Amino acid sequence: MDRTPDEPSDTPGAVSRRPLMIGAALAAAPLAPPGIAAPARAQDAGDGRLRVNLTVNGEARQLSLDPRASLLDTLREGLALTGAKKGCDHGQCGACTVHLDGRRVASCLTLAVQADGRAVTTIEGVAREDDELHPMQQAFIDHDALQCGYCTPGQIMAAIALVREGRAGSAEEIREYMSGNLCRCGAYAGILAAIQDAAPKMRGA
Amino acid sequence: MQPFTYARAESEEAAIRAVSAGGRGTRFLAGGTTLYDLMKLGAETPERLVDISALPGLSGFETAGPRELVFGAGARMSDVAADPRLVRDYPVLSEALWKAASQQLRNMASLGGNLLQRTRCAYFRNGEPFACNKRVPGSGCAAREGIDRGHAVLGGSEACIATYPGDWAVALLALDAAVDVAGPNGARTIPLEALHREPGATPEVETTLARDEMILRVRVPATPLGRASTYHKIRDRESYAFALASAAVALRMEGEVVREARIALGGLATRPWRAREAERELAGRRLTPEAARAAGDAALRGARPGHHNAFRIELGARTVADALLIARQRA
Repeated sequence: MDRTPDEPSDTPGAVSRRPLMIGAALAAAPLAPPGIAAPARAQDAGDGRLRVNLTVNGEARQLSLDPRASLLDTLREGLALTGAKKGCDHGQCGACTVHLDGRRVASCLTLAVQADGRAVTTIEGVAREDDELHPMQQAFIDHDALQCGYCTPGQIMAAIALVREGRAGSAEEIREYMSGNLCRCGAYAGILAAIQDAAPKMRGA
Repeated sequence: MQPFTYARAESEEAAIRAVSAGGRGTRFLAGGTTLYDLMKLGAETPERLVDISALPGLSGFETAGPRELVFGAGARMSDVAADPRLVRDYPVLSEALWKAASQQLRNMASLGGNLLQRTRCAYFRNGEPFACNKRVPGSGCAAREGIDRGHAVLGGSEACIATYPGDWAVALLALDAAVDVAGPNGARTIPLEALHREPGATPEVETTLARDEMILRVRVPATPLGRASTYHKIRDRESYAFALASAAVALRMEGEVVREARIALGGLATRPWRAREAERELAGRRLTPEAARAAGDAALRGARPGHHNAFRIELGARTVADALLIARQRA
């Protein structure tokens, strides 16, 4: 990406526009060129930025974004949430895993504008309000499930989702449903043990 | 990345109108797992994106119907893969979905978009200084004299040997699926078998869809063959990798004898590849390991190796044979 997302749009002077809806009523206007006239109008006033509303870790955020911005860059550069990591930036390593409306996604391959109106949870948002670690975070520590730690936020976000999906039934199933998260230090044995440890605690939580 | 404008469509009709009126640089955007990835690499350079990922009318699927299974093009791979009826009655379809990508990507990627996934050929993805006829028509093919370990042994041309990377389309092909599409001039139905093209002299044209045609749904005829089926996928690692070779098979057995076989290949060809000759030769035979292997050889008949991929002809034949024996256990 050759441009990074902007600061939140309450910055003075920021252009604020919501992603434009192409609707049937709009396109049915008899003299307007059908459909595509709308986005052209939406962006002619400024530098092509779009106004996007996200709920990030429970907090409403309003951003003015270049349409090219990934959700990952938006979190890291725009909102200073640097827990989600940029490994490959192509959906191949899992280091950028966050939850979008409760489901795990690769934030590097998610256009931030596509997340408009949706809820994002990052590693910064999983601990309880009293700062007690999430059971999965604690289990990763207890089982030495990391070495350098770069992949760990993505591993933990994937692991929490995996348990909620009901995919922690066996070691084989956990391995399969964690395969989108690579650990180049090779902490896989510890990661598997941590998930097996945390799964029943999450159910109890 | 090249700048583009973005707009979210409120209806299928509005999306089609917008893409049609927008001209060459205007594209549908669904899950984005292929398109946005290739935009980062400069292999896709759209000027206008019309987002269809939030259209509610595309996201459903119905697997209980007596005559056919219907999958909205916007349904997510992860949701469909976990459908209990699909897992029980059509394992070939469920397996093709959950053995693809990672859960993160399956939560994003749509069923319609997955059919249109573009090749993983490294020369296509990376471009300059490498020649690629798919990326820049007429520029040549670096793969033909390059590292072609993952390239197609079936359906290639002088211009292109890029492998079709998907799994879902291969499973659908084995079950005689069709896609309903709509464009500015109306709707039509395309048999899955007629959706993808061999590269020939124009490898940049990968499907028979017009640029402004949108896949609305996938339909699969209900069939008892679904139960005795599997998607067998062989990869460099056990999970989260593209197929070196894969086989979608479905069987109708009468005791030990094959009454009907469906066989399609993935990871080996320039498009989803139906092995009808192998199907015909297997029909009426007892399904012994030897017969399964013979069917595998028949499926790969006509395969042409390059410099580094000859092993995948043998691997493909064995993959078909193993898939047939797995499916037989489910009959």
